[in-house]
Amino acid sequence: MKISPLYDEHKRLGARMIPFGGFDMPVQYESILKEHQAVRERVGLFDLSHMGQFILEGQEVASWADRLTVNTVPTMKPWQARYNIFTNVHGGAHDDVIFYRLDDRWLLVVNAGNADKMWAHLSEHAKDSGVKLTSLHTKNALIAIQGPQSVGVLQPHTDADVRGLKYYFCTRGKVYGKDAIIARTGYTGEDGFELFVSGSDASEIWRRLLADNPGLTPAGLGARDVLRLEAGMPLYGHELTEEITPLQAGLNWAIKFSKPDFLGKAALQSQQSADNYPRIVGIMMDGRAPAREGYHVFLGEKKAGEIRSGSIGPSVGNRSIGTALLEKEAATPGTDVVVHIRGTAYGAKVVQLPFYKRNYEIGAA
Amino acid sequence: MKLAQPEGLLYSKEHEWVKIAGDQATIGITDYAQDSLGDIVYVELPRVGAQVAQFASVGVVESVKAVSDLFTPVGGEVTEVNAALETDPALVNREPFSGGWMFKIKLAGGDSQRSGLLSAADYEAFTKTQ
Repeated sequence: MKISPLYDEHKRLGARMIPFGGFDMPVQYESILKEHQAVRERVGLFDLSHMGQFILEGQEVASWADRLTVNTVPTMKPWQARYNIFTNVHGGAHDDVIFYRLDDRWLLVVNAGNADKMWAHLSEHAKDSGVKLTSLHTKNALIAIQGPQSVGVLQPHTDADVRGLKYYFCTRGKVYGKDAIIARTGYTGEDGFELFVSGSDASEIWRRLLADNPGLTPAGLGARDVLRLEAGMPLYGHELTEEITPLQAGLNWAIKFSKPDFLGKAALQSQQSADNYPRIVGIMMDGRAPAREGYHVFLGEKKAGEIRSGSIGPSVGNRSIGTALLEKEAATPGTDVVVHIRGTAYGAKVVQLPFYKRNYEIGAA
Repeated sequence: MKLAQPEGLLYSKEHEWVKIAGDQATIGITDYAQDSLGDIVYVELPRVGAQVAQFASVGVVESVKAVSDLFTPVGGEVTEVNAALETDPALVNREPFSGGWMFKIKLAGGDSQRSGLLSAADYEAFTKTQ
């Protein structure tokens, strides 16, 4: 089991640790629900050092990456960040990632559980391409500050103008005097920043942020999962897999069919034109029973699919919410379906994602 | 945080407590159990009138992340369930030994059921081995 550079900080804070993506990571410090609430109402601090960080270099990076992914890479401006999905030849998701265009280099952030797979995939395709790959996985740390009060937490301790940083852009800066790439990105549905720093600097930054901000709450992967589910963001292995395509996941906005050929494009085009594929939808249970991954979902007497993620949604009036992969005939918002839980049928409704939208602008200052 | 193991209750190795008064038993889960589970969001309790055997699975307790079976430390007839847990399952986290009780049973078969259960001290020692 690998550990984060912040492992000792988690132990010191009394975190409960779980294996995630090959790392021993904090699932909660005190309470998933309290940590969730802190991020929605104030600000939370996350260790995301398990995420894979790869550096891509060379003149050809943009056009090379464009052939392996569904979203557009070459149109990214310097210091811009963009969500993207690496696909397989069948259009399934190999991984969902964020590209950060730095000065003359690119930072690619991949899921922890996919880091080895992605390294092999990128290495294979980088042969004779002029693209140079470097892994910072387990060397670098990633610290996220997330919540409506994020600017107030970070701005006093950095020379970068993070208040003026636009959503899905990044900048180089110092945080407590330590070199960092500071990005206005996140996975919670709130404003926030992600700090890419050296593993050797991570503990000092983490401790000083907590010491200087009594309202800043350490938050674990449990809260992060509830936050992203409410915000309608996919989690690899649940809403996206090698079998579940970005089209099925409802990520049509990220698929650019107008760009030149990319891996899986033909398969995705044929899936789109046939338009009879099972798709990811939001599920809201009528009662309080939690929907859990793998529960079967029925339309009348007919099995229509299964739950892929589930939780209670504290930002949705504590309703029992989830996602499901459902046949097209059951996937229209407003459709009444039935979820089988331990042999009993529970009513539920198909709803539009996301469950939660923030009511303020990011980077509008 | 020090977890409580009140005296006067009996405990199961599945982390339930039972308070026995005559042939009436009140059952809940322990402080150790609620702390291990984390935020409890749903409790499914047995039906009133159901006959349950000692140590049988009679319901579930669900936290944000996990589904756990609820076992009964004693057998008999279910006479009452805690309806407050339907709307406020977190009561189990806040007051595991009082307001967060789960169900009551009219004991079958007298005192022999006590023999499979642990005292507070033995239960505390048992949790340290978990």
